[in-house]
Amino acid sequence: MVTKKQLEQAMDQRFSKEVYEKFKQAKVCIAGLGGLGSNIAVMLARSGIGTLKLIDFDMVDITNLNRQAYRIEHIGMPKTRALREIIGEINPYIKVETIQAKVMGENLEKFFAGETLVCEAFDNPEYKAMLVNYLLERQPKTIVVSGSGMAGVGSSNQICTRQKMKRLYVCGDGESDAYAGMGLLSPRVSICAGHQANMLLRLILGETES
Amino acid sequence: MVRINGINMERIEGKTIAEYLEQAGFDSSRVAVERNGAIVPKKSYEEVIITEADTIEVVSFVGGG
Repeated sequence: MVTKKQLEQAMDQRFSKEVYEKFKQAKVCIAGLGGLGSNIAVMLARSGIGTLKLIDFDMVDITNLNRQAYRIEHIGMPKTRALREIIGEINPYIKVETIQAKVMGENLEKFFAGETLVCEAFDNPEYKAMLVNYLLERQPKTIVVSGSGMAGVGSSNQICTRQKMKRLYVCGDGESDAYAGMGLLSPRVSICAGHQANMLLRLILGETES
Repeated sequence: MVRINGINMERIEGKTIAEYLEQAGFDSSRVAVERNGAIVPKKSYEEVIITEADTIEVVSFVGGG
């Protein structure tokens, strides 16, 4: 068994103590644990983010394996539970909170109150807009990092991070919709997830993006 | 002059946010709108009137995640 001390020492070799402490004290809430959210959670866990709050209503399906962090053994399991297991195998000392429920209406306040860093990683564009609007309208201290436009096999270089509003960062190419005939594939989804995860780390360190 | 998504727009003053979104082809259920640095609440799209020197940002979300 790898001890907490060993893992922390391994982290300290790569970051200054100050950076690692900031990551360790930080909490990120991830809404949606599909191709974006599951990969973002794994990246943040590897980076040593101290607390992750994971929200999704869904179960792992065989069609998820092409781009999401899950494996065959997780099929049929709630994504929240599967991801908790995966994170536990990367760093068992990260605090993982899970909510297995659909994000809508009266749940919004209950799930997001007090969360200052929220990662929007839904699939459906109406749900994306609903969550972003709710958080920007009702939670003046919350910063949102959202994903939009990562389907298909277009140029990787079209995917970027932009600060679109005072408290909203959007990662993606902004236009590649997932529809029948142009699905989601691991590379571009992972690139977009990487943009979101990196923006979250930058925000934790007090940096911004224009 | 009104600036929308970084572009100067003519003859937009006087329209509501809802009218502008429809005219520009946005699906209002998929957008978030910021006006002069403040989020425009969804329920106000029909009431907020775009005025001279406004800076507006419309983010339109696409599917996939």
